[in-house]
Amino acid sequence: MQQKHYIFIGVLVLAVLAGIFAYPNYFNNSVDFLNHKLSWTLPHFPEKPYVLGLDLQGGVSLVYQADLSQTADKTGAMSGLRDIIERRVNMFGVSEPIIQIQGQDRLVVELPGVTDVQQAIQMIGQTPYLEFDEQRTEAESKPILDKIKEIQAAQEKKEDITKIKDWTLALQNPYFKPTELTGKYLKSATVTADQITGKYRIDLQFDDAGAKIFADVTGRNIKKPIAIYLDGASIIDANGDGKIDNQDIYAPIVQDKITGGRAQITGDISVATATTIASRLNSGALPVKIGNPISQETVGPTLGSVSLQKSLMAGIYGLLAVVAFMIIFYRFPGLLASIALVIYVAITLAIFKLIPVTMSMSGIGGFVLSIGMAVDANILIFARMKEEIKSGKGLSQAIDEGFRRAWPSIRDSNFNSLIVCAILFLVATSFIKGFAFTLALGILVSLFSAIFITRILLMIFVGPRFEKFKWLL
Amino acid sequence: MTINFTKYSTFYYVISGLLIVAAIVSLFMFGLKFGIEFIGGSSMQVEFQKDRPSNEAIQKALKSFNLGDITIQPTQGTGTVLQFKGVDEATHQKILAELKKLNSATEKSFQYIGPSIGQELRNKTELAIVLALLAITLYIAFAFRKVSKPVNSWKYGITSLIALFHDVLIPIGVFSILGRLYNVEITIPIVAALLTILGFSVHDTIVIFDRIRENILRKGMGQFEETVNWSLNQTLGRSISTVLTVELVLISLYFLGGETLKYFALTLIIGITSGAYSSIFIASPLLVSWYKWSLKRVN
Repeated sequence: MQQKHYIFIGVLVLAVLAGIFAYPNYFNNSVDFLNHKLSWTLPHFPEKPYVLGLDLQGGVSLVYQADLSQTADKTGAMSGLRDIIERRVNMFGVSEPIIQIQGQDRLVVELPGVTDVQQAIQMIGQTPYLEFDEQRTEAESKPILDKIKEIQAAQEKKEDITKIKDWTLALQNPYFKPTELTGKYLKSATVTADQITGKYRIDLQFDDAGAKIFADVTGRNIKKPIAIYLDGASIIDANGDGKIDNQDIYAPIVQDKITGGRAQITGDISVATATTIASRLNSGALPVKIGNPISQETVGPTLGSVSLQKSLMAGIYGLLAVVAFMIIFYRFPGLLASIALVIYVAITLAIFKLIPVTMSMSGIGGFVLSIGMAVDANILIFARMKEEIKSGKGLSQAIDEGFRRAWPSIRDSNFNSLIVCAILFLVATSFIKGFAFTLALGILVSLFSAIFITRILLMIFVGPRFEKFKWLL
Repeated sequence: MTINFTKYSTFYYVISGLLIVAAIVSLFMFGLKFGIEFIGGSSMQVEFQKDRPSNEAIQKALKSFNLGDITIQPTQGTGTVLQFKGVDEATHQKILAELKKLNSATEKSFQYIGPSIGQELRNKTELAIVLALLAITLYIAFAFRKVSKPVNSWKYGITSLIALFHDVLIPIGVFSILGRLYNVEITIPIVAALLTILGFSVHDTIVIFDRIRENILRKGMGQFEETVNWSLNQTLGRSISTVLTVELVLISLYFLGGETLKYFALTLIIGITSGAYSSIFIASPLLVSWYKWSLKRVN
């Protein structure tokens, strides 16, 4: 045996392993069959599913924009936000959700298999946002109140209020402004019954940092009210009219500076309301505000699987067409290139599983396209080989020359495609990213299969005895 | 047999010129219809149980929602794609309920893109296109830096860039017409396809130019036109084979693949065909014409 034989065996083993890993069903079924017939105990090949994107398996993808204008530690706030939403989503029982921070202030929430979007959005968006506001001075409230009057006047005249200067000012609360204290610093919330009055109250316990801020805030607001808001509205029904609206302000007067980080919410609350509020607070108060999703995509479960099936069929027929073409036009080397192409498909699929690459529609598009492009290097090499044979060179010399002379073109053109892929990957959005990644991976693997594997196959199968069958080349 | 590719170059220039002018005219007249991912809005894919209600019936049913311009696009079977301005989830559910009143229906997909995301996506795409063009031109100039006679290396870069514009403009022109006639939109997959054409078209041109470079190095630099023609003849088989194998895959994707990839495949089919054509009939003859023109100027 020569070195080339060892390499050939190595390539074969790699191809078979990649093939079984990419599609273990046949192998494992045969193992089952043998085990059953001959009562052996052969192990199964480890199965690992492909990671399918939302567009292929169905589900919801939501993008949120966090309001970081009040936050100093933006990165910390975002990762806190992600952790809390992750906890909530997990409680909802979604399998393998993806919650990612995108850019500086975006949060992407992907929930595979979820069909009730409204519930999902509620669950995420209504996560409590707790804030403690202090009173504005008269000088601070006046401009806001004036602006509100101005806007109201404009609305009555049916004018476009967004044309008014600083119109967003009117959206602010004229009497209270946020302090640094938010739900981020909350450690726990508990419901207790007051021993004397028998009324229920909610006890809030802040963490150490929160306790310091709370002491500071209460210290500078003695004899003044502190309003407590949950999700932008009063935390409880303060005026007792059975609903929480703009009329409600829960703003106890600070009697003294409070150290130790304990706050109490008392009032006319039923035990049920108190328990709901406490459990909402405990399950995670959001460190920053997020509104409604700024982008949403819902894919029904059937749509995804239908397009997956269709595109896979398209890929298989495309592969067969390329194989037929190669064998007709390039005969024996074409057959070898087809074998290399099938190995290419197996290796690429195995890599998709191994990394794992999330397969979306775009990724499959890139992959199918790469099947068509993978043989390009072979075509260049074979065309060169034919020329060299025509010019009267011997077989093995023609093969060597073919590979050597085709290389600069193969290198330049593939390098170019890789540049485009890299730019797409760095700049563009997730759809294009998936496409660029699979295409780039495809180009790299195809260089290996079209050059290395085809060459080994040619070295093994085209020997001196082939001189008689030159028409096959 | 050697085919003289550069003999009728004026004729090829005229054909391509006409195609490009047609593409530009249709771009100006019809513009491009961008998908909601670029302009923001909602898109909803619904499948009705039995018959698809008429467009008028749907318009009427949704009138109270003030959805602005509603585009209603029938798809295969009883499927329908509705596009309208951005709505929140609650409104979306109400719209779905209203549609179900017309005829029992299931929702296949729903997409909402906020205006800020659309804008951002547009900017990102523009940046990607500019960077890709720049990188490709630089790479070609770099790859051909050793070839300076009889044609400067940057001229290879410029001619491939011209061929590139040709290859991208033609599919864009086709989409502007398709958008007008069949409401076909420029979506992200199509942008991805256009960017791939950039890579692929240059890919094709590079192989031919590489051969020209090699032949110049081997045979010396006399008779530039003959060298180009000879190189084209040598690479013709490869050009046809490469394009055919890719087209085989794309055609099967176009006819058999899912809805999302249909126009993606179509864009690539048009772009790659025009890329193969331009590499042979535009880029290489342009090199020769340029060479002749500068000879004349010297004389």
